[in-house]
Amino acid sequence: MHKILLTSCTAAAAAALAAGCASTPAPAELDALARQVMKSSFRDEGIAKIDRLDQDLGQAACSSDQPPAPALAQQIETQALATLKWPAGGQYFGDWREGEKLAQSGRGMTWSDASAAPKDNGGNCYNCHQIDQAEISFGTIGPSLWHYGRTRGVKSLADPAAAPIVQYTWGKLWNSKAYAACSNMPRFGHKQLLDETQIRHLMSLLLDPASPVNQ
Amino acid sequence: MNRTILVGMAALALGAGAQAQKSAADGIAEYRRMLEDGNPAELFEAKGEELWKQPRGPKGASLERCDLGLGPGVVKGAFVTLPRHFADTARVQDLESRLLTCMEVLQGLNAAGIASTPFGRGEQNNLTALATWIAAQSRGMKFELPQAHPEERKSYEIGKRAFFFRGGSHDFSCASCHGEEGKRIRMQELPNLTKNPGDGVGFAAWPAYRVSNGQMWSMQLRLNDCFRQQRFPYPGFGSEATIALGTYMGVNAKGAQSIAPAIKR
Repeated sequence: MHKILLTSCTAAAAAALAAGCASTPAPAELDALARQVMKSSFRDEGIAKIDRLDQDLGQAACSSDQPPAPALAQQIETQALATLKWPAGGQYFGDWREGEKLAQSGRGMTWSDASAAPKDNGGNCYNCHQIDQAEISFGTIGPSLWHYGRTRGVKSLADPAAAPIVQYTWGKLWNSKAYAACSNMPRFGHKQLLDETQIRHLMSLLLDPASPVNQ
Repeated sequence: MNRTILVGMAALALGAGAQAQKSAADGIAEYRRMLEDGNPAELFEAKGEELWKQPRGPKGASLERCDLGLGPGVVKGAFVTLPRHFADTARVQDLESRLLTCMEVLQGLNAAGIASTPFGRGEQNNLTALATWIAAQSRGMKFELPQAHPEERKSYEIGKRAFFFRGGSHDFSCASCHGEEGKRIRMQELPNLTKNPGDGVGFAAWPAYRVSNGQMWSMQLRLNDCFRQQRFPYPGFGSEATIALGTYMGVNAKGAQSIAPAIKR
């Protein structure tokens, strides 16, 4: 490791920036150090175990102020796409009323929650998105989903023309990283935060022409 | 003071419907104005000052010889330079971990025991009161963390990596909420902590009194609850990651005026 450091110091010195080099570790060494520090700074508490810090490819690649290189981003998206599980019996929809309840709930998966079962989790949707315009307490980290189905021309859930947006929306809810490697959105299906039935309800909230979201 | 708070809360509740579209920041600023004559943090400040001067622990000593970075016993101005490197412990420490060192070395109290005590209990309450008083002694001063020592620069770099570290069930990092301008969770506006977010915002506001739960929250507790909501495992009190995050946010806040202890919703 010292040899690597020296090498990078020589390079930096050549770039006429020798002053800080003698004392500040190289970026790769800092990366390794930071990972060690993370591991040693946390402990298990309730359902939130230390293994939550074991990063997969995408989490690791999306852990800096710079996006991953295009090829790596592509790889993450391809892997995520392969995880998509389509709904049993091709049944994409449930009840938008239940979807609204899930969208409102920010519960689940913290160390103060007793259970990690999907039935005890909410969708956290309003934390980041505007959805039904009637709810004025909404976050802005994600885009507005008001009129989600309507602006995408969904006139009927059975309409074959709606199939692409229906499938995309299911995929986005199941594993958001299939469409954007470093999406801020949790992978609700893939990480078993919500089950198929719950995702169907959210699908109805967003896409059903009868949902208040599309009025 | 309690009466002032109750009247203020009632007014806020009445106004909530009509002014729902008003920015959350406006509401909070108004709230602060209503409460500025009676921030309950003052009670914790008074307790903290008393604890600083009072002989305590097996050694029966006060904390008046505690070195917070500007020399033994110098309190004014210390808060806006922390976390920083301390030669005697050979590590970078934030206010709370430094206080633990002083409590152990000067007073003979058990630092590890206090660190593993849950927030809001026993000596943790004393620690919070001390941090509140010490922060208050730098009110109105500007953040200026030293970065001359290699360990301080290393702490910043580790803090930056911790800030962007994605993990947990939801793939969240600190940056998921605090990496961009003008974002909100529900109605709560989120400071961008990758740069100076402005006077009295973010790192320059904690410790703070939280009206919603009636608790005084130190920076360590603020970080702890962020990690809970981030769906991470439990950060050790005064652990290296939490201190490094303090260094990262504190250095980024260079020039920001401290309003700590602030009052929050």
